[in-house]
Amino acid sequence: MSEKIPMERHNYDVLVIGAGGAGLRAAVEAREAGLRVAIICKSLFGKAHTVMAEGGIAASMGNVNDKDGWQVHFRDTMRGGKFLNHYRMAELHAKEAPDRVWELELWGALFDRTGEGKISQRNFGGHEYPRLAHVGDRTGLELIRTMQQKIVAMQQQDKKEHGDAESYLKVFAEVTITEVLKESGKVTGAYGYRRENGNELLFEAPAVILATGGVGKTFKITSNSWEGTGDGHALALKAGGNLVDMEFLQFHPTGMVWPPSVRGILVTESVRGEGGVLTNTTGERFMFKYIPDVFKDKYADNEAEADRWYLDQDNNRRPPELLPRDEVARAINAEVKAGRGSPHGGVFLDVSKRIPAEVIKKRLPSMWHQFYELAGVDITKEPMEVGPTCHYVMGGVEVDPDTAAAIGVPGLYAAGEVAGGMHGSNRLGGNSLSDLLVFGRRAGAGAVEYVKGCQSVKVSDASIKDAAERIAAPFKRTGGENPYTLHQELQEITHNLVGIIRTKSELQDAIEKIAAIRKRIENVAVSGDRLFNPGFHLSFDLDNMLLVAESTAKSAIVREESRGGHTRDDFPVMDPKWRSQNNISSFNGKEVVVKQQKLPKMPNELFDLFDIDELEKYLSKEELPNNAGVRS
Amino acid sequence: MSKRVKLRIWRGDSKTGALKDVEVEANEGEVVLDVIHRVQATQMGDLAVRWNCKAGKCGSCSMEINGKPRLACMTQVANFEEGETITITPLRAFPVIKDLVTDVSFNYKKAMEVDSFTPPAGLKAGEVRMAQVDVERSQEFRKCIECFLCQDTCHVIRDHEENKKSFAGPRFFIRLAELDMHPLDILKNRKQKAQAEHGLGMCNITKCCTEVCPEHIKITDNAIIPMKERVVDVKYDPVRWLGSKIRKREGIV
Ligand SMILES: Cc1cc2nc3c(=O)[nH]c(=O)nc-3n(C[C@H](O)[C@H](O)[C@H](O)COP(=O)(O)OP(=O)(O)OC[C@H]3O[C@@H](n4cnc5c(N)ncnc54)[C@H](O)[C@@H]3O)c2cc1C
Ligand code: SF4
Ligand code: SF4
Ligand code: FES
Repeated sequence: MSEKIPMERHNYDVLVIGAGGAGLRAAVEAREAGLRVAIICKSLFGKAHTVMAEGGIAASMGNVNDKDGWQVHFRDTMRGGKFLNHYRMAELHAKEAPDRVWELELWGALFDRTGEGKISQRNFGGHEYPRLAHVGDRTGLELIRTMQQKIVAMQQQDKKEHGDAESYLKVFAEVTITEVLKESGKVTGAYGYRRENGNELLFEAPAVILATGGVGKTFKITSNSWEGTGDGHALALKAGGNLVDMEFLQFHPTGMVWPPSVRGILVTESVRGEGGVLTNTTGERFMFKYIPDVFKDKYADNEAEADRWYLDQDNNRRPPELLPRDEVARAINAEVKAGRGSPHGGVFLDVSKRIPAEVIKKRLPSMWHQFYELAGVDITKEPMEVGPTCHYVMGGVEVDPDTAAAIGVPGLYAAGEVAGGMHGSNRLGGNSLSDLLVFGRRAGAGAVEYVKGCQSVKVSDASIKDAAERIAAPFKRTGGENPYTLHQELQEITHNLVGIIRTKSELQDAIEKIAAIRKRIENVAVSGDRLFNPGFHLSFDLDNMLLVAESTAKSAIVREESRGGHTRDDFPVMDPKWRSQNNISSFNGKEVVVKQQKLPKMPNELFDLFDIDELEKYLSKEELPNNAGVRS
Repeated sequence: MSKRVKLRIWRGDSKTGALKDVEVEANEGEVVLDVIHRVQATQMGDLAVRWNCKAGKCGSCSMEINGKPRLACMTQVANFEEGETITITPLRAFPVIKDLVTDVSFNYKKAMEVDSFTPPAGLKAGEVRMAQVDVERSQEFRKCIECFLCQDTCHVIRDHEENKKSFAGPRFFIRLAELDMHPLDILKNRKQKAQAEHGLGMCNITKCCTEVCPEHIKITDNAIIPMKERVVDVKYDPVRWLGSKIRKREGIV
């Protein structure tokens, strides 16, 4: 590879890295404010991971139960996150989610309707009232397509006004960003390559918004698409940003378990929301055994009441199948470990006995399809086999809640799954899509404000040279490590040692093994040339996944408690001392360093939304302000 | 439970290429994308293939398997005969970039040519009321995952590069129909435009697009035919229409 690699040079006001829900919403906001915006994504436009979301978008519109409101949504979110959420993010999210959903309708989205013609809302785990706006079980597709078509609409307008559809808003599809560039401490742009031909691109821009999604592909069993390689997490770390609470990973309780090739593919929570029940091999509906004390007043402890809830939600407690995901995932894990699992190491999930076949096909069409085509199972007639799958990362870039600005890196923003704080130790279903819209918009607005107040930027030749050398490196080696093999090894390590149940010795082992792979990755070699070369692409993704895995393992070993998406066999209960601590990861150029930082204190008016008895379950006496909370 | 399967994969770029034979392990329940990935990880590190979700939801892994346009992630290896060679080639209607990856930018250009959703001025967020029956027709078309298999199979462009300029293809006929039936869209002339600008008239209702659609969207029956009917304003008779089309070609009409 001695020939000169072509490099394109672009100049924008705002770069949005990621074309999922968060990135697209950010881009719309920045363009509407009059700025020139580039959207960059690894896949084709419209294919981002968000497209897979099924169940819905949580927003307290109160269309089905008018008792709902932002306060209730806020409470559910904090409870779901076990009070480790950044209160301000949870507050903004609960308040703004309805507007973000309604605005999608003005851009062409067609949600399912209630009898009155409003947007229909469905039940989901941890949400007190029916709250998820949805389109069957393909809500993510509707969100992506609506935003994609909104972008096209804006481009058509630009064409009318400026003669060129891409003059103000351009999508660079199948481009991977490998570096966020900085000069004198501030963001100046980003560098990357075209997947199609390996040509390099330099983007100069004063503001960069990370909207790169999650990290699922660091794990062996995951519901995530290949894009979930933690690129934004790693880019932020390398640019001097922090990651908050990377130990919290959500294992969705219901992934497919059979056949092996589909292991991990998601079975939407709507199956349980619509009445699906979980049973073990003895036929026992086991979730009644796993209702934690903090949730006893909200969840039914007997089948009769649980079944009545579907018809009368005001006078009955909800079925325990709808507990927050961490609880259900741990319960399934325990049943399987106790030898009561299904033939392929999961448990049974059944809707066939409770809902007529036509209704199942109408409400859960893609689930029916998925099981029929991939597992040969007809879910209108027989139960599904399900088990936990790595689904979502709660941890992420530490940001300012109001502007989504990454702490410590002027010009860098983060929104969506890549950002941390919003969901605390566990995310409620449906709260991601709403998070994308609320904080995508805020990141766009934050970047606009920032850009208005800053001068044009220039990237130095030295930075360009460094970035280009990094991209060229794997081609210069011969006979080095195979990136596919290293990826599989990493996935084994995370699965076995940093998975759903963790202990100190295993985490220690994981940290050492990850460090060893990181050494080996310096010697990755790829075969072939730069033309659409997946091995070459993976070698970069792999580097990011390793940094993320290191941050997760190092945060997990210090948090000596079990909370939400972090379960320690050696510290099985919540510890109020850890309730007030975030684990902050940073990168010193060689390795990830984790330190603790106090959570910001919730103001009294938000404390007052809770029952004092409930607060006392989570917070220590000293943390509770005088007279806060309401005595019931 | 694993067995060996024989694959014949097209490898090449925009200039040259050829079918290459490989043998690879396949485990129970695996789909074609799984075995392609195994080839990639063990034998051809730079084999180019697009995919994202491996769950039939994103429409990235479109290719031709034994000559049929299909999603590789939804095609079971077990569907093929024991010992049968599975031939895997890139989509034929679009230019090859490398191996199984094609340049599908044609579709994004066509998307740009469709007039966007246009709601009435002054419509306020949160005040929209629509009945379920009224949204359902458009919802069917919004299930589209943009796999472009229907575009690939449609004979109007499959082997006729020259038609691409004037023909938007079935994917965009359902987009036009979706907007035409959208309860909030106020543009009145969508059907006429479909005919005049997007090449609806070139479709002769072979229904091949409907047959390959992985989302089972009734592209012809529910989108194309209703639009054609109303455009010509008479009850639509495919045979008569086909006749008129042929005469038109011959310069009779
Ligand atoms: C199967 C499934 C079902 C789900 N269902 C729901 C649900 O019902 N409700 C809910 O609220 N949540 C759901 N979730 C979670 C939710 O879908 C995700 O958290 C969310 O879509 C993430 O969106 P995002 O915008 O942050 O990023 P993504 O949609 O993940 O997009 C990331 C983007 O960044 C780009 N990118 C990444 N790295 C780079 C790079 N280096 N250079 C350039 N571009 C890059 C990618 O190409 C992509 O465009 C579900 C998740 C899964 C897996
Ligand atoms: S029905 Fe029309 S659009 Fe569909 S494949 Fe046939 S000619 Fe093409
Ligand atoms: S209509 Fe069907 S075949 Fe055509 S692009 Fe959409 S999903 Fe694919
Ligand atoms: S990979 Fe998404 S449809 Fe096949």
